[in-house]
Amino acid sequence: MRICVSAVADSLDAQVDPRFGRCPYFVLVDSETMKFEAVPNTASSQMSGAGIQAAQTLASKSVNVVLTGNVGPNAFQALSAAGIKVLIGVFGTVREAVERYERGELKEAGSPTVRGHFGMGRGQGRHSR
Amino acid sequence: MIVSIASGKGGTGKTTVAVNMALSLKDVQLLDCDVEEPNAHLLLHPKINETRSVYVPIPRVNEKLCDHCGKCSEFCERSALFVSSEKVLFFPELCNSCGGCVIVCPRKAITEEKRRIGTIKTGMAGNVDLVYGELEVGEPMAVPIIREVKKQIESQKTTIIDSPPGTSCPVIESVYESDFCVLVTEPTPFGLHDLKITVQVMKEMKVPCGVVVNRAGIGDRKLYDYCKDAGVSILLEIPFQRRIAELYSQGVPFSLEMPEWRTKFQTLFEEIKKRVSK
Repeated sequence: MRICVSAVADSLDAQVDPRFGRCPYFVLVDSETMKFEAVPNTASSQMSGAGIQAAQTLASKSVNVVLTGNVGPNAFQALSAAGIKVLIGVFGTVREAVERYERGELKEAGSPTVRGHFGMGRGQGRHSR
Repeated sequence: MIVSIASGKGGTGKTTVAVNMALSLKDVQLLDCDVEEPNAHLLLHPKINETRSVYVPIPRVNEKLCDHCGKCSEFCERSALFVSSEKVLFFPELCNSCGGCVIVCPRKAITEEKRRIGTIKTGMAGNVDLVYGELEVGEPMAVPIIREVKKQIESQKTTIIDSPPGTSCPVIESVYESDFCVLVTEPTPFGLHDLKITVQVMKEMKVPCGVVVNRAGIGDRKLYDYCKDAGVSILLEIPFQRRIAELYSQGVPFSLEMPEWRTKFQTLFEEIKKRVSK
């Protein structure tokens, strides 16, 4: 199982970033061996479409599951189309998130949990073009 | 000659100036480029002769030809295309209609189709030809409609363009290729702040500009100090006056009821003409 966790830095001990499309790193963890690969999220500063591009990156990395805090409407649609499960409400470190997932403590998102541009911060994302 | 009316701050009186100036001139057309909330027609009550839809091209993916190589999504700056191993998702509200995906697709699986994003209307109100655009609710892109409105420019006429507020893309598109831009503001800290930004935009665009102060008499003198220091001329002041405000609240262009203002707007236009020909 290849698990992706949205994170603020590039290691297993990094804190989870609750934003999916705009987190700085994706830490991809092999749940059997706990070996990991950190992928910088090149979409994080995009004006719009960050979640879709992030989903595209993960689809190309053969990820099975995403663990994050929240997911927007476009990212959710894209991840679903790629057959990637999304589990939300994750916090703590990347390692803890994976362990909680393994114990079956996380909830699968059945729909987007936030509106678009949620992770952009105050004052941004009002004018898309 | 093309004169655009712009303002960084909203609600300063762009439409008031545009409409009253148009009503005071001959052989004039007014283009309302504030396609998100056009309202020149509310003051002019035109007879509409023509309504037509505005479309933008968007990609259509033929899944039978597509092998999900992902080149289109890789190319798309706006992430409007998502390619999984089985299907392609398209997010129309993110698409900029650049057509790049059609070109990069190695299997020619992408063609273009039309998506409706708004309408443009043309009509007449007295001596004024009015053209205005209306963006569909929920559509994020005003620029394609503004371009469509501006295609109606007739070079032998005097064209007045009522720009949307602000200083972003729709304003740039509206003011682009104008001979002169009238910046409408009010003598308040808010009016001044946004005027300064707009003046910088005009310098960048190399469009000569001058200021019309609306609601003159309120606020403070900082606007006047700034205009003097920056070398921006104040071309006209419209006072903060009960009669003008009342007519506005009834949807009546004040120059119709106060004919002395027609002369003032004509003088304003003559002054602009003089500056343009220099």
